[in-house]
Amino acid sequence: MVENIQIFQEYDAILARQRGREMAKQLGFSLVDQTRIAISISELARNILIYAGEGEVEIRMIESSGHKTGLEIRASDKGPGISDLEMALTDGYTSSGGLGMGLPGTKRLMDDFEIRSDVGKGTSITIRKWLSS
Amino acid sequence: MQNQVPILQMGDVLIVTIKPDLTDDEAVKLKDDILHEIKKNNIYGLILDISVVDLIDSYMGRILSEMSDMSRLMGASTVITGMSPYVAISMVEFGLNFRSIQTALTVEKGMEWLNISRTMGVSHG
Repeated sequence: MVENIQIFQEYDAILARQRGREMAKQLGFSLVDQTRIAISISELARNILIYAGEGEVEIRMIESSGHKTGLEIRASDKGPGISDLEMALTDGYTSSGGLGMGLPGTKRLMDDFEIRSDVGKGTSITIRKWLSS
Repeated sequence: MQNQVPILQMGDVLIVTIKPDLTDDEAVKLKDDILHEIKKNNIYGLILDISVVDLIDSYMGRILSEMSDMSRLMGASTVITGMSPYVAISMVEFGLNFRSIQTALTVEKGMEWLNISRTMGVSHG
C-alpha cells in the first residue's frame, strides 16, 4: 500500500491528508491516531507549498522487524532547504510569518520524526506512526 | 470550487458552520462576509460551529483565532462550538489550545452563554 501525491497547490495538501487518513483507517488506527496522522500530513504538505512551492508526499504501509504495522509518510521537496534545523524544530520559531508550530507539533504527534535538509537542494522529512498492538 | 458557507442569523447572533477542508480563498471570503454582517446587522455574538471539522491544524487554528480576534475588535463575542473529542486531543498535543476563545459543547449552549453574557453586560473575551 503506497500512495504518492504531488503537491502543487492547496487542494493537493488537502487530498494528501485525506488519503493519509483513509490509509490509517484501513490499517486499523484509532480515530485519534487517524487525526494525528492527518494533521501531520497537512502540516508537512503546507510547508512544501510555503517554502518550496512544490514537492511530493509519499504515504506507505510499513512493518517493523518486530512485525509491528505502521504508516510512514515522507514529504520531500527541492526547495531552499533549512539552514538552522534546531531553530526550525523550536516551538514558536518561524521564518514565514506563520505560528512556528508545524514541525515541533508534528514531531509531538508522531512516533518517529526524521529530517534531512541541504541548503539549496531541498528538504526531506520522514514521519512514522506505529499501530499499538 | 467556491463553496458558499452559509451564515445564519438568529436575533443578533450569527451562526456559521465551518466546513472541513476550508481553503485559503474560502477562508478569506468567509472572514470578510462575517465582519460585514456584524457591522451591517449590529451583531452581538458569533458562533463558529466546528462539529463537522475533522481536524484542526495550524492553518485552521489560525483562521479560527483570526475570526475571533477580528470580531472582538469590532465588538462582537465569539463562541466556538461542537468540537469532537478526537479533534480536542490531537490539537492540544499538537500545541494549540484556543485559550483566549470561549468554547461551548453545542450551538445551543453557545447561544446560552451569549445570552448570559449579554444580560450581565460582560465584556467579550
